[in-house]
Amino acid sequence: MTSARDEILRRVRSALDGVSPAVAVPPAPRAPDRGDLVALFVERVEDYRAEVTRCTPAELDGLVAEVLNGAQAVVPPGLGLDVAGSVVDHGLTSIELDGIDAVVTRAAVGIAETGTIVLDHQPDQGRRVISLVPDLHVCIVDSSQVVADVPDAIALLDPARPLTWISGPSATSDIELDRVEGVHGPRTLHVVVVA
Amino acid sequence: MRVALQVTCVNDAMFPDTGKAVVRLLRRLGVDVDFPRAQTCCGQPMVNTGYLDEAVPVVRTFVDAFAGYDAIVTPSGSCAGSARHQHSIVAERSGDAVLQAAVAETGPRTYELSEFLVDVLGVTDVGAYFPHRVTYHPTCHSLRMLGVGDRPQRLLEAVRGLTLVDLPHATECCGFGGTFALKNADTSVAMGADKARHVRDTGAEVLVAGDNSCLMHIGGMLSRQRAGVRVMHLAEILASTEETEGESDGPVVGERAGDLA
Amino acid sequence: MSGTFVGMPAFPTAARAALGNTQLRRNLAHATHTIRDKRAQVVGEVEEWEALRLAGAGVKEAALRDLATHLETLEESLIRAGAVVHWARDAEEACEIVAQVAKSHQVDEVVKVKSMATLEIGLNDHLEREGIAAWETDLAELIVQLGDDLPSHILVPAIHRNRAEIREIFRTRMAASGRPAPDDLSDDPAALAGAAREHMREKFLRAKVAVSGANFAVADTGTLVVVESEGNGRMCLTLPEVLISVVGIEKVVATWSDLDPMLRLLPRSSTGERMNPYTSTWSGVHPGDGPQEVHVVLLDNGRTRALADDVGRQALRCIRCSACLNVCPVYERTGGHAYGSVYPGPIGAILNPLLKGVSDEQTASLPYASSLCGACFEVCPVRIDIPSVLVDQRAAVVDSHRDDRRPKAEAVAMKAAAWAFSDSRRLAWAERASGLAGRVMSRFSRTTLPGGRAAAGRLPGPAAGWTGARDLPAPPEESFRAWWDRTDGGQFGEGR
Repeated sequence: MTSARDEILRRVRSALDGVSPAVAVPPAPRAPDRGDLVALFVERVEDYRAEVTRCTPAELDGLVAEVLNGAQAVVPPGLGLDVAGSVVDHGLTSIELDGIDAVVTRAAVGIAETGTIVLDHQPDQGRRVISLVPDLHVCIVDSSQVVADVPDAIALLDPARPLTWISGPSATSDIELDRVEGVHGPRTLHVVVVA
Repeated sequence: MRVALQVTCVNDAMFPDTGKAVVRLLRRLGVDVDFPRAQTCCGQPMVNTGYLDEAVPVVRTFVDAFAGYDAIVTPSGSCAGSARHQHSIVAERSGDAVLQAAVAETGPRTYELSEFLVDVLGVTDVGAYFPHRVTYHPTCHSLRMLGVGDRPQRLLEAVRGLTLVDLPHATECCGFGGTFALKNADTSVAMGADKARHVRDTGAEVLVAGDNSCLMHIGGMLSRQRAGVRVMHLAEILASTEETEGESDGPVVGERAGDLA
Repeated sequence: MSGTFVGMPAFPTAARAALGNTQLRRNLAHATHTIRDKRAQVVGEVEEWEALRLAGAGVKEAALRDLATHLETLEESLIRAGAVVHWARDAEEACEIVAQVAKSHQVDEVVKVKSMATLEIGLNDHLEREGIAAWETDLAELIVQLGDDLPSHILVPAIHRNRAEIREIFRTRMAASGRPAPDDLSDDPAALAGAAREHMREKFLRAKVAVSGANFAVADTGTLVVVESEGNGRMCLTLPEVLISVVGIEKVVATWSDLDPMLRLLPRSSTGERMNPYTSTWSGVHPGDGPQEVHVVLLDNGRTRALADDVGRQALRCIRCSACLNVCPVYERTGGHAYGSVYPGPIGAILNPLLKGVSDEQTASLPYASSLCGACFEVCPVRIDIPSVLVDQRAAVVDSHRDDRRPKAEAVAMKAAAWAFSDSRRLAWAERASGLAGRVMSRFSRTTLPGGRAAAGRLPGPAAGWTGARDLPAPPEESFRAWWDRTDGGQFGEGR
């Protein structure tokens, strides 16, 4: 008996018998120059009803504390920032994380055109689960990490790592195609842009 | 330039006044239009219902009838679309290389009326007079298959006396769809009811379009509703002048009942 | 636990019933127009949209035309990244693989990310028969599952439900499968979403096994991509120990950089957003992060049948954005259930016959469920020429009946029309006959069209399909052809 694998591959080859595999794939176009990328990034993130604050490196500690407003946060081991009262993640369970209010992470890339932050879950961002279960996600993006558009991000990112692309808080359009923020992921996303 | 009128089977059998209007309009613009007698139908009713083999002799009749003309003008976006986009499918199905070559050559010479006027003759003011409130429905095949764009509106805007009002949700299909109107009559009527409602909302006296088949559907619904809106082909408005306006008490589709009795 | 499409009537019959459902009509008109406007706005801000569509179509077409190579590359990449790769020829085989993996972990439940492939294969029912509960975690899927309902839209399976109906479903059904809805639940969408969050969270936190699909599978890196909004996808892809992804073989793209046009095209076409809230990518097992046992089931289930169709192959480029549903004037009025498949709307009208063939009457009715208006092609982000494929599938339906002993009335009529249209003399004869009929109608008809032309009102028999709701103009006494002959093209006699 032939395996399903061999059978499917045989069917594919037979279906394409005589079909030329050569297809001219036109290059994906680039968006025109939009000027100040960081300003565009901020505007587009805000469009998703996420909160955005800009600050200098010196202001970062204080600002993060202010945003957390006493909420307990989990932080990744390599965050590189002192967050008062925080728990460092060294393998917390989902149930433990469910009892924590907030998470503070950094990011890998910010995409101006779409207002997207991408996490590649390096030590300054932590495991995927920590930025998912708590209800408030404070994400620190350095202005130097902001790129113009999706193709720039794709070129920078390593597919061998797990990636999470985040554009605003968790949302749904499942009820009458009306967008509502806040379902299973963090209901509040606060992006801090450092420059 | 040798110009042939492809009147279309629907206009030939049901709406001869549209064909007459095209002849009158083109003559007024100095075009000596011919009506090749061997023409019948573009084959679209068969193709769109899935009868490709049956369409082969019809397409062959089409290309034979229009061989040798520089331009083929048709008062139908749908039939022009058929010649330009569907005849090649039928020809390929036939396996007949001669037919394939013929349709490849006939298709690009086939123009929907507004395309012919604006692109080939280079006119938008055709000297028409039509003092009525009119709304325009862009039929799907003229809009999306041919891409006639705003040519019909530009022609209508240049008609003296005519008030052109926007049709809400203009680009939505009226629900005719050829045999769709019969095979899925309920859905077709549901679509047509909304189109008729949008037409009534304009307060227009006349609904104009470039395809009489769609107009037969929308007009048939408007008539059933006693909506007080008549439908007219674009050609008939563009052919109207102060003289023709004087001799009738308004625009008509086809023969008036009084003439027939 | 859920309804079934099995035994659905052909489209015209199902559509007639749907058209009479006033609540459905209202819900659909509202929802489709809302999403249509949102899409138009975000697509409108991309100046180079057409070039992006061409790039997206090119990426998918190239992947399809060398599919065997890419599938082998994908398999290699996945195995290298620590995933277990399975192949499934059909729905039964795919369901069985998922059930076996779940059973090997002694679970009685799995959590599911919304996935068209798993709906298509009927996975939930299969797992239920094996004693495993499959919890849908997407809000709309949850609404459908709790309501013993069927999905009616690719993106928003509960698009046919409004907020009041959803509240009722949550209030009466949630308690039976977990945490009940709060007593004071309102029909505010935010409150309804909040109730879903509470209901699902306990399931996410305890789940050992998750099942997903994938929007894209990148051959050269072994990366799977899930595009979502709510975070239920992230929950399923991250929290459980075991992840099983059922992936149609047409989901393959060749390289990582191929994701660029796709991730720009999909959200704008689908939810009408510049980017969807969450996109997750993973390549096999990532030590210390997420599921440590990762399975990928590569599914055929008719895809190779579609692949062999030179005209229909392009339907496999589909990225399930559902833009074609949202602009379709037929879908807007009938809703998705009338199509009798998890794939409704214009794409369903071609995909179902391509995947399954046209031998059953229900599937054979789908290519005709369109006025061929072309709005679907206009919005398709991967440029699937749906109207052309519809016409080609209609030809497939007609061809499948060519050897019937008793031809259908339609076939007889089409042959007769083709005979008349093959020679202008025959057509002229037919027109003379219709002119006579017109003269009789004009004399006796009491109906006139606005403007005065005689018409027929309601007629019995085959004409009822037309005249049930539309007046029919009486044929003119003289055809254009006869007028041209009589007046020498308007030169003589009554020439106007």
